[in-house]
Amino acid sequence: MKRLLLLALLGISPATWAAVNVFACEPEWAALATEIGGDDVTPYSATTALQDPHKIQARPSLIAAYRRADLLICTGADLELGWLPALAQKGNNPKLRDGSPGHLEVCRFVTMLEVPETVDRSQGDVHPYGNPHIQTDPRNILAAAKELAHRLAQVDPAHAANYTQRLEDFQQRWQSAMDDWEARAAPLKGVGAISSHNGFPYLYHWLGMRRLNTLESTPGVPPSAGHLQSVLAGLKTEPARMVIYAAYQNERPAQWLSEHGQIPAVKLPFTVGGVKGADDLFSLFDVTITRLLEAAS
Amino acid sequence: MHRYLTVLAGCVSLYTAAAHAAPATNAFNPRISLILQGTYADYSNTDEADIPGTVMGPETEFRPEGMSLAESELILESNIDHRFHGWTTLALENEDGETVVAVEEAYINTLALPAGFAMKFGRFFSDIGYLNPVHTHAWDFVDNPLAYRALLANQYGDDGIQLRWVAPTPLLVELGAEALRGDGYPGGGEDRGNINAWSAFAHVGGDAGVGGAWRVGLSHLRTDAVDRVTGEEVETAFTGDSQLSIVDAVYKWAPQGNATERSVVIQAEYLHRDESGSVTADPEGSGDSSRYEGTQYGWYAQVIYGFMRNWRAGIRYGQVSSDNRLSNPVAGTSLETLANAADDTPNRTSVMLDWSPSEFSRLRVQFNRDNSRPDEASDNQIFVQYIFSLGSHPAHQF
Repeated sequence: MKRLLLLALLGISPATWAAVNVFACEPEWAALATEIGGDDVTPYSATTALQDPHKIQARPSLIAAYRRADLLICTGADLELGWLPALAQKGNNPKLRDGSPGHLEVCRFVTMLEVPETVDRSQGDVHPYGNPHIQTDPRNILAAAKELAHRLAQVDPAHAANYTQRLEDFQQRWQSAMDDWEARAAPLKGVGAISSHNGFPYLYHWLGMRRLNTLESTPGVPPSAGHLQSVLAGLKTEPARMVIYAAYQNERPAQWLSEHGQIPAVKLPFTVGGVKGADDLFSLFDVTITRLLEAAS
Repeated sequence: MHRYLTVLAGCVSLYTAAAHAAPATNAFNPRISLILQGTYADYSNTDEADIPGTVMGPETEFRPEGMSLAESELILESNIDHRFHGWTTLALENEDGETVVAVEEAYINTLALPAGFAMKFGRFFSDIGYLNPVHTHAWDFVDNPLAYRALLANQYGDDGIQLRWVAPTPLLVELGAEALRGDGYPGGGEDRGNINAWSAFAHVGGDAGVGGAWRVGLSHLRTDAVDRVTGEEVETAFTGDSQLSIVDAVYKWAPQGNATERSVVIQAEYLHRDESGSVTADPEGSGDSSRYEGTQYGWYAQVIYGFMRNWRAGIRYGQVSSDNRLSNPVAGTSLETLANAADDTPNRTSVMLDWSPSEFSRLRVQFNRDNSRPDEASDNQIFVQYIFSLGSHPAHQF
């Protein structure tokens, strides 16, 4: 009893003994862990949809969560380069070391887009392994689900059957949801859009949309007034139907273009929790498609 | 089988294709970064920058007047294998017209110890305090606080071993201890056999609401010095033990935890040092000696406000005080200076503004109202500084 009390004081509840602690770098992977892991996991998301995943501090609560985790699931492709290595250095957790079953970088299991031929810092925040914003294509979520189920079964073999069963169930529901989204999104095919940050190539690729321009002339660097003017001028030769920005981004440049270019500005959740109603992976894509269709109509 | 086909089609294979044949040969190279720093400095007072009540350690003088290159740092780091990670910082400095290469840090960190333990060994900056382990290029001001300059010769680094442990709790609880050679100030001098310095530290931290994070720390450093020689023209030697305690606290806030546009960092530390032993003024010359019981203490508090994307402004106040007893304060020597300092409260107020177009570049202007010389003589100091980081810049700690 005394021991239980002590553990309770330290914040360790008996429930977390049994469950696999999953450290997710981004909310979409925490949501996926809930889908595949159910009651067998305790997911923790290191970031929220309102934070820029490139720019997170390795703050004390993250170190503590890293220390306790049994499995890490992150996008990879250097998206977390500014903070994940700092956590690894302070978190003292060999279970999450690269190469262990407990270290899952989703980018290694999907086809990367926009892999640069050459990289140079003058190009801004470029990623040598390709554009890391892979979660906006639901086919990548499916690839991640398969690998996550496989890893969970390795980390927690006692519940392997549960993970396999939940994966099968998820695959079915996800496939039918994807069919539905693709059917609804048919009118978006060929639609031209302008991105605020270059965060949506996977979404465009999936839906057959076209990115005409980006408000950030160099990735990660806020747009200059001059560049905004040139994007506006570009609308005359090649009209775009909308300007898209993610929930965590400053909306002003997109709103400015919307006003001056007479095209709707669309705020997309980008990940789970980004806007009201996008509370899990399914509603994330529901809301995304709905907002795009509204803007295109 | 299917899984492995997916891997082949994934980012790894495309990366190889995109980067042509190169990665095969250099993929295992350490990550390299080069830090370039320089300042322009202007001082209204050009008297020697002594702080009354303390005998300061090496390299505590002000930055040179006018334009000057500060130390250039070459950092190489890499995983060595599945158990060890290695880190080196080489500093290239200008000393009396000559370029000197100093091994500032060279340490190994373990990756695979169980139960939340980790060990570090080699040469490293001690984890005492909040600012002590922070690299020069990551400082929020051109200079470290007065208390750090007076009591730690800006930063305490040494050769030794560190063991630390992180508790399996939602709140961060980190405990650590270090056993060291005791070469760095406030230690130093001859006879460095055995362990001549040890330290212990505890850190507790967590979140405060959605956008806030905090950490408090308590640390202690105990060093033995044998003829620790300090001072520029006329030296002073200290033999005895030196005990330093630090309390530190930091709070960071950003709207929704997104520091891109706006952020606030509030931080403060209190340092207290007791020294007990003997001091000798001008050991090569007159060699006047005295029994010495010294207490020096100081604190600073600062606020850094990120008021728009890429721009930060900061204000800092710091002071040190001393209460020293000397049995033989020979007039006209450093012994007298040490003994008669209790009436002064050396202090400094700083304001700064910096602009960082990217994570790899920073330009800064700073103004100090420095009253740290004897009799609190004032010095208006103006700095312009640049800090550039080339290559793969390692991630910063909280």
